[in-house]
Parts: sequence; structure tokens; C-alpha cells
Amino acid sequence: MIRRSLLKLANPQLLALIGVLLINWLLFPNFFRVTWQDGRFFGSLIDVINRGAPVAILAVGMVGVIATKGVDLSVGAVMAVAGAVAATMVVAGYPAPIAVVAALAVGLLCGLWNGILVAVLDIQPIIATLVLMVAGRGIAQLITEGFIVTFNDPLLIYIGTGSFFGFPMAAVIALVLMVVVTLIVRRTAIGLFIEAVGVNRAAASLAGIRSRMLLLLVYSLSGFCAAIAGIIVAGDIRGADANNAGLWLELDAILAVVIGGTSLLGGRFSVPLAVIGALIIQAMNTGILVSGFPPEFNLIVKAGLIFIVLVIQSPLASRLAPPRLQPAAKVPAK
Amino acid sequence: MTDTGYALEARGIVKIFGNHVALDKVDFGLKPGEVHALLGENGAGKSTLIKILTGAYQPTLGEVLVDGVPATLNNPQHAQTYGIGTVYQEVNLLPNRSVAENLYLGHQPTRFGFVDRRKMERDSKIVLARYGLNIDPSSELGAHSVAVQQIVAIARAVELSGKVLILDEPTASLDRNEVERLFEIIVDLKKSGLAVVFITHFLDQVFAIADRVTILRNGKLIDTKSLDTLTRTDVVRLMLGKDIAFSGATKLEENRPLGEVLLDFKNYGRKRSVHPFNLTIHKGEVVGVAGLLGSGRTEMARIMFGADAADEGTVSVSGTQTSISRPTDAIAHGFGFCPEDRKAEGIFGDLSVRENIVIALQGKLGWFSALNRDEQMEIAGRFGEAMDIRAASLDMPVKLLSGGNQQKVILSRWLATDPAFLILDEPTRGIDVGAHAEIVRTINRLRDEGLALVVISSELDEVVAYSSRIVVMRDRELVAELNGENINPGVIVQAIANHRDGAPA
Amino acid sequence: MNRSLRPLLATALIFAIAYALAVMQFPSMFSTRVLGNFLTDNAFLGIAAVGMTFVILSGGIDLSVGAVIGFTGVLVAVLIAWAGMHPLLAFAIAILVAGAFGATMGLAIHYLQVPAFIVTLAGMFLARGGASVITRDSVPINHEFYAWISDLTIRLPGGGRLSFIGLTMVAIFIIGALIAHRTKFGSYVYALGGNPVSASLMGVPVARTTVAIYALSSVLAAISGIVFSLYTSAGYPLAAVGVELDAISAVVIGGTLLTGGHGFVLGTFIGVMLLGLVQTYIIFDGTLSSWWTKIVIGILLFLFIVLQRLIFVASAPGEKAAKA
Repeated sequence: MIRRSLLKLANPQLLALIGVLLINWLLFPNFFRVTWQDGRFFGSLIDVINRGAPVAILAVGMVGVIATKGVDLSVGAVMAVAGAVAATMVVAGYPAPIAVVAALAVGLLCGLWNGILVAVLDIQPIIATLVLMVAGRGIAQLITEGFIVTFNDPLLIYIGTGSFFGFPMAAVIALVLMVVVTLIVRRTAIGLFIEAVGVNRAAASLAGIRSRMLLLLVYSLSGFCAAIAGIIVAGDIRGADANNAGLWLELDAILAVVIGGTSLLGGRFSVPLAVIGALIIQAMNTGILVSGFPPEFNLIVKAGLIFIVLVIQSPLASRLAPPRLQPAAKVPAK
Repeated sequence: MTDTGYALEARGIVKIFGNHVALDKVDFGLKPGEVHALLGENGAGKSTLIKILTGAYQPTLGEVLVDGVPATLNNPQHAQTYGIGTVYQEVNLLPNRSVAENLYLGHQPTRFGFVDRRKMERDSKIVLARYGLNIDPSSELGAHSVAVQQIVAIARAVELSGKVLILDEPTASLDRNEVERLFEIIVDLKKSGLAVVFITHFLDQVFAIADRVTILRNGKLIDTKSLDTLTRTDVVRLMLGKDIAFSGATKLEENRPLGEVLLDFKNYGRKRSVHPFNLTIHKGEVVGVAGLLGSGRTEMARIMFGADAADEGTVSVSGTQTSISRPTDAIAHGFGFCPEDRKAEGIFGDLSVRENIVIALQGKLGWFSALNRDEQMEIAGRFGEAMDIRAASLDMPVKLLSGGNQQKVILSRWLATDPAFLILDEPTRGIDVGAHAEIVRTINRLRDEGLALVVISSELDEVVAYSSRIVVMRDRELVAELNGENINPGVIVQAIANHRDGAPA
Repeated sequence: MNRSLRPLLATALIFAIAYALAVMQFPSMFSTRVLGNFLTDNAFLGIAAVGMTFVILSGGIDLSVGAVIGFTGVLVAVLIAWAGMHPLLAFAIAILVAGAFGATMGLAIHYLQVPAFIVTLAGMFLARGGASVITRDSVPINHEFYAWISDLTIRLPGGGRLSFIGLTMVAIFIIGALIAHRTKFGSYVYALGGNPVSASLMGVPVARTTVAIYALSSVLAAISGIVFSLYTSAGYPLAAVGVELDAISAVVIGGTLLTGGHGFVLGTFIGVMLLGLVQTYIIFDGTLSSWWTKIVIGILLFLFIVLQRLIFVASAPGEKAAKA
């Protein structure tokens, strides 16, 4: 049993993360140095988990959606909406906990809306979630009335920038969320059902699985996670920026999930691996920044990354791979 | 062996996929001006032969001759240049485009590089008139009935090829009048010298339109004969490989006392799928369902299980009337269903053997009372062993197992739910001998344990061996229920072929 | 009546009513000046939307459009301002680069058999990243050719002006409509969107058509980028962020089925004009904020998606997905 879990740890994603971190270290020898200052840790490594948290949180929600053969393009916009709700409410004088709960509820509702379009109206996910992707930012601006709403609420700022036993709060939230969601999907039958629906919806239906409730659940969770990420990002900049909060992060989240080994065609998924996917993306971002390249280099590296993952996942690659016996691995073995 | 007179000929065709021989030295000759029916059950090799004749597949051995000259057909487009056109079962046209464009796509007349729509529609009108269609060529194809779409597909195939027309189950979704209309067109085409290959499951139609028939079974050529010399019973016998002489040899089941009534379907049916049928099923009995492909046997199974909702009639379970409109309803009543198409509707290829076995039980338990890994292993191990599933590990993806083992996995999935009633649709098709025997043993065991089973199979020996009763399906209708000594292949063959085709043996 | 026409008529009707209402409130919106500016201000969006129409008609999607516009602007600006090239040569190079870029995406979509959105997403990252690597700042273009083109206008009675870029958009719409509705290539595009399996059986060259569609989309995005640089006299790597969403919205609101196979290039024109109308109205009103644009677009998008669902639901071919 122990050897099994050790073997499980040696998966390609984790190796890739270690590889990227090592490259960072070569480029920037101080990369692994972590110092203790003002009651919290500092260092590039801490920066990776802190900056990577919002995408990791989005990926936790996105991974379930993609496992059902869907996709949620609206998470970036939902982040903006949730941030706007939280910021506007604290500025209007509501207590921060109520503002946070309201923002989370709004995120959940956005997710539920997507879920209804997909599960009840049977609209393809990419199209269904496009509506909120387009309108979401407008709604966020409507809430903030077009301004960047700044605030000084200690709770929101703590969520965005605080530390917990020296670790960045955002990373702690991401970790807790990852553990909770993993436990929920793996300790109940939900995870198995999600995979079953993603692998073969017709067979799932004949085996007595009601996919509709399941779809509502995964899209709602995605909206909820987006709201958490939105609150963190707002707390981080002490304000809600309807235009830029979460911009293009839906794409990073999809990429994180795909790097985490979940096929865009649905099926097997892993929440922790999707989070590692998010960390890989962030480690590359940070590496590019600390080694002095312009940050736009990121985009090119991400494009290359998508391409590599697509080639590996494509039918072309499995045709070239050794035939038979070897289970068609979704993720590169090397 | 003369090579004259055939418009299209296949000689000694062998087609091997991996280590499966799909066609084994099959000869096929098609004369101009004839309608040639191609018959065989699923897996007989019909579609493989058609794909070779249309260039979609290349034969492993053997050759295809067009007008007596060997030809290599690279793909369906290439075959078209040899005059070979095909119309598929599901109309493979574009419902979103105009009728005219569907006739000419890829060959549109052009003027100055632009499609000359007026000429195209004018030409279409003339072509369509030849097929008795007076419709607006600029109208969207999807706005017309399936029959009209089918005729447009035929028109396209004939216009673009003009020597050989292959019709792959063109009548599957047509009603009686539409079929007649289609036949008039085929007769006209035949008169004009076209060679027509006609594939269907409806024997009536074969006798109504075809001149000769070629029968395949298990990848082998059984015979090519003129239909004048054959009766329906002969054809069914050739298709199913049953000698009437075989009959009477299997009266293993004495009239066992029937258990109490478990299920009672009354006038149960679904429009455009299965005519209303009456069927009472007792505990501890196996009801065999015989019938050719397309006779409505699978549709009947789907309605019983709620995979398609019945729109008329009633069902009672243990004497209480109830409603089964979804699989979950059926499963709650203790039903289980092994579908015919294992890959598309049965297995979850990427999931493990263990998960494939526990999924229906877990579906019954719901989201929150999850079986943990150890319980799953225990259940999967227990049923895996009982069914003798040969898998290196219960954690390996089920798609890596052989077909027989996959079938055992699906059977185990339902046994794990402790069912009262199982529907098995072709449980032994395409699996190896060992697995075959295991599944037949299991069917017998389950019946003895008091389960009720409905088993659909084209293997008559097999149905006869385990059934307590046999119902026969023909043309989407339950046409006969056979008991006692009538349970023998000879009677079944005649019931499938036609009631009136001679008295039961 | 042809089902494809219904969403188009709905769009035309909504546009007519919306415009009439707007004119009733602000009579000055009914002037050649406003109409002329309509064309000029939406030229780059319209041109990109023509390419998007082809992509969506074929059942795909192209998320790289905005990034290609930004990249082209930067490339053209750099070639003219730094390398001293004549703008026309720079335009030709930009169009060639974009064509190769789009063709590569088409190849990847066809041969890797992956969803178009993820491939064009990578394309978006690549084009944005590439633009930003060339320069991170706005590069001004001061060339007499640019000045000359800006002066190329047709005066209309009533003080309006038809600009060169506005007319370019109209010309591209006309050419696009001819290609979509009057050529074999156009019929292949619709065939792919209708049913790729049938299309392939009927002899449509699927690979070639897919590559051509994405190349066309990128080329039109490049032309859109050139127009955008004429409009702003500069190239900026972050220009036209999110234009792909506006283009998709214009196409769908213009009555093209998002799943492909049904629609008209002319519909996209009305869709673009409808988006322009919303913006112009908000400017005229003065009290409404610009974010309403996005909300209105979102609502329209939703309405049209549901409308299409209702019109086409009965005839969705081969929907085998079991209802749970």
C-alpha cells in the first residue's frame, strides 16, 4: 500500500513541476531561498504558491466540468462579478463576512445558470458558458458602476494578502479547497459518476446514473470556486477591477486542468493534479519574471505548452505509442 | 468461372482485422439490370464486404473487378469514378443545405468560378422529375421527409456513378407507402440497366424486389441463389445456419412448474419503435427472444428497461401497476440490462474493471453512500471470480479486456445489484468460445436461482437450450409465443420467416 | 420558410425596431454622419467578424482573432516605422504571416483532432505573446501613405463621410458573401458545419477546407489589424483585446447557428451594426455607462442561442446522447 502511494507520487505532473522549479533554480540561484520576515515566509517559492492560488482554485472547479466533457469559459468573468459584489458591499457598509457570503452565493448562482443551460436546455457547454463570459464583465461593471471600487476592509484584505502560520492565505485557501473537494468527490460516489458520464454518457444512463443533477453540481462548483478566486484577487489589490480581474484566467484554468492529465474529451480526472498543473504554469511565470525575460514571454511558453499537451493527447500520438497491453496513457510517461 | 457479364465482381475476398477474420474467401458477382440482396446477421461480414466494394476498405486478399477488369478502389470517391455509388442507412446528406446542392455538392456547375445556381436548380428539377419528385430544388433538404431525402440520396448516387448502386438498409426508417415508392424507383433503375445491391433485414422486401440473393454468415459465403428457387424458410435457415433436420433434438426442459408472475406487460409499445405487445414473465424462467436484426427485438428490450419510454400500455411488477420511463425506475424495481452494443452503451472503456462492476450498484446507492475501495474490491473480486473474468488486475481499464470478458463485466455489474429481472441483448455475440460457455452457464444458474430473464439471441441452438419460452419478433411486432415442444429451431425459423409459410413442424 | 432565414429576420427586425426607437429619442441619430461613422468605427470588428462567420459556419470557433489583430498592428507598425518599409509591402507581409499562422491552426485542428477552441487559444497566446515580444509599447505610424488613406473619403449629403476603411469593410462583406454563398468552397464550409461525416462521404476535401477556413479567418483578422492601425495610426500589442468575443457575438446575433451549418454573411453585417447601434446609443444617451454594451450583447447572445435551440431542436440530426 505504501509503495503504491509512493509510486503514485512519481507522476509526470509532479516531475514536470520539479523540473520547472529546477530550471528556475539554475536561472536564478536564490530561487529556493525562503526567509522569515514580519511573521511570514518570503521567497520565490512562496510567491509561486501565492500567485498560483487563484488559477489553482479555478482549476479545482474546472476539472469536474471538463471531466464531464464540458468546459466553463465564464470563470474569469464570474471572478470579476464576485469581486465586485464583495467590494461594493463592504464599501456600502455591510459587514465583511456577509459580503463574502453574498459574493460566494452570486458565484454559485452564476454556476447554476451555466449548469441549467447545459443540463436542462442541452446547449453545448462552450456556447452556454460564452453568454456569461461576455455579459459577466458588464454585470461586474454594473455593480461597481464602472469604477475600481477600493476598500480597506481588513477581512477581505486578509483573504487576499494575509498569512496563516506564515503561509500566504490565498495558498492556504487553495489547499483547503483542494482537499475538501477531493474528499467530497472521492469519498462519495460523485467522482466516479462524473467520470462515468464523461467516458460514456449513454452507458451511464443505462447504468442508472442521472447525469443532469451531476452537471448542475459541477457547473455550480465551478462558479463557486470562481467566486472564491474573485474575492482573493480583489483582496489582493484592495479593490474590485471589473475590467481586469480574472481576465483570461479561464484559459489558464483550462490549461492547468489539461496539464493535470484530464482530457478535454472527458473522463478520468484528478483534482490535486489539476492544482499541480496550475503550479506548473505559475512556476514558469515566476521563472520568466525572476530571470528577467519580459512577462509576455509567458504567453508564448503557454502556447507551446498547450501544443505539446495536445500532441501528446491526440489520437496521432497513441497510434505511434507502443500498441496493445500498454494502457493508452493520457499523460506523457516521459 | 466466367468473368463476363458481371458489372462488379469480388473474387476470393479475405479481410482480416488484427487477428479477426471478417471475410473469408468471399465471392460476389453483380449483373447489370439485377437487384441483388445481401443478407446476413450482425457480424456476418455484410458491411465489410460493402466497404470493400465501395473502396472504404482494402481487401487483405482477393480482388475487385469492374466490368471484368481488376480495379483498385482507393476510397468511395474513387469508386464513384468507376460508376459505383452508395446510399447509406442513415441518409448521409446535408439536411442544412438545399436539395439541389445535395445533388451536386462537389460537382456544381460553375460560371466564372462561381456556382451557377440557376443551372444547378434547373438540372435538379429535371433529375428529380425522373424520380417522381416534384419539389423545389432550392428548398432545404431537412425540411423534407426521410423518404424524400432517401430518394435524393439515390438520385445523387445514380447521377454521379451510374453503373452500380449500393443501397445499405435504405428502408430502415420508412413506412410502407414510402417503401413502395422507393421500390418503384429501384425497378425503374433496374430496367435502365443499373446493377443494384440491396441490403435489408426485411425478408418481405427481399422477396418483393430482389432477383438474386447472397447470404453471408460469420464472414463466410453461404450461397448465392436466384430467389425464384427459395422460400422464406430457406432464406432464414441459410442466414441462421439451421438445418430443419436438427429440430426436435432438444427437448431438455420438461414443463417445469412456473414461478409466480414477476412482470406483466400489457399492450406495451412505443410509436415508430415497437407495436404494442403482451408479455408475462415469471420468476425462474428464461424468455428467449428470436427474430432477425431489425425485427424490433432490441427496441422491445429498451422499452422494457425504460431506456426508451413506452407511450402506450401498462406494466405491473409483482402485481402492482407501475411506471418505468427511465432506466433508474427500472433499476429501482430490480431490473438489469446488458445492451447489444457493448462498446457504445455498455462499458466505460477508460474506467477500471472494478469501477465498471460496481457502478450500477453505486448508482442504486446514490451519491452519498459510497462504497469504499475495499468494498469495491471485494464486490468486484467476488463477481469477477464467480464469472471467471480474466483480467490481470481489477484496476486495469476495462477496454483492454477481450469482448467476452467485457460482457462478463457488464453481467457482473448487474448481478452486483442483486436483480430480480435481467434483459440480455445478444449476450454471446462476438465473444470467444470459453466466455460463451460461461455466459450460457450463468444464464442457467440465474434461472435456477429464481431470476427472471429475457435473452435476445440470433444463436438458435443457444436460445433453445436455455429458454423456458420463446417469443418471436418480426417487423417490430411480437408475432408468436412458443412453448413446450414448439421450442425447436425448425419452428422458430418458420415463425421468423412467416406464419403462413407452411404449418409449424 | 427556410429555417435559416428565421434568426436572420429576427436580427433585421430587432435592428430596425431598435434603430427606430433610438431615432425617435435622438432624431440626430438618423443622419449620414452617424451612419458613416457606424461603418468607420466598426470596420475592424466587421472584417474580423466575416472571418469568424466562416469559422462558425463550419462548426468551429476562432479565439485568436483579437490577438492576430494586435499582432498585425504591431508588425505593420514596426515594419513601417523601424524598418522603413512601404506600408503596402508591410501589409502584404502581415497578411502572408497571418495566413500561414491560420493554416497552421487549421492543420492542428484537423490532424490532432482536438477542439478548435483549445488550438485557437494557443494561437491567441502565441500571437499576443509574439506581439509583446516585438514591442511592449505603442508604436506610432507616421507615413504619408497613412495620411493619404485617411483623407480618402466620400462626402455624403448631410455632412456624413464614407471613409476608406468603412468601404473596405463593406467590400469585404460583399466578397465574403459571394465566397460563402456562390462558390464551391462556400458550400464545403456549410457542409462541414452540417455534418462532417456526410461531407467527407460526399467528397468534400475536409482537410483542405479546414485549413483554408482558419487561414481565411486569420487573413481577415490581419486585414482587420491593418484597418485598426489605419484607424489609430499606431500598433499596440494589447490592441483589440476581446474582439474575438465581439465578433462571435456579432456572428451569432446575426443569425448564424453557433454549432455551424446555418447562417448568412449578411446576417453578420446586421449583427455588427446592431452592436454598433448599442454603442452609439449609449454615447448619445450620455447617462448610460458603457458596460451596458456588454450586458446587452450578453442578453442578445442568450436570446439568439435559445431561439436557435428552439428553431433547430426538432431537426438536430443523429442526436444519440441518451437523455438521463
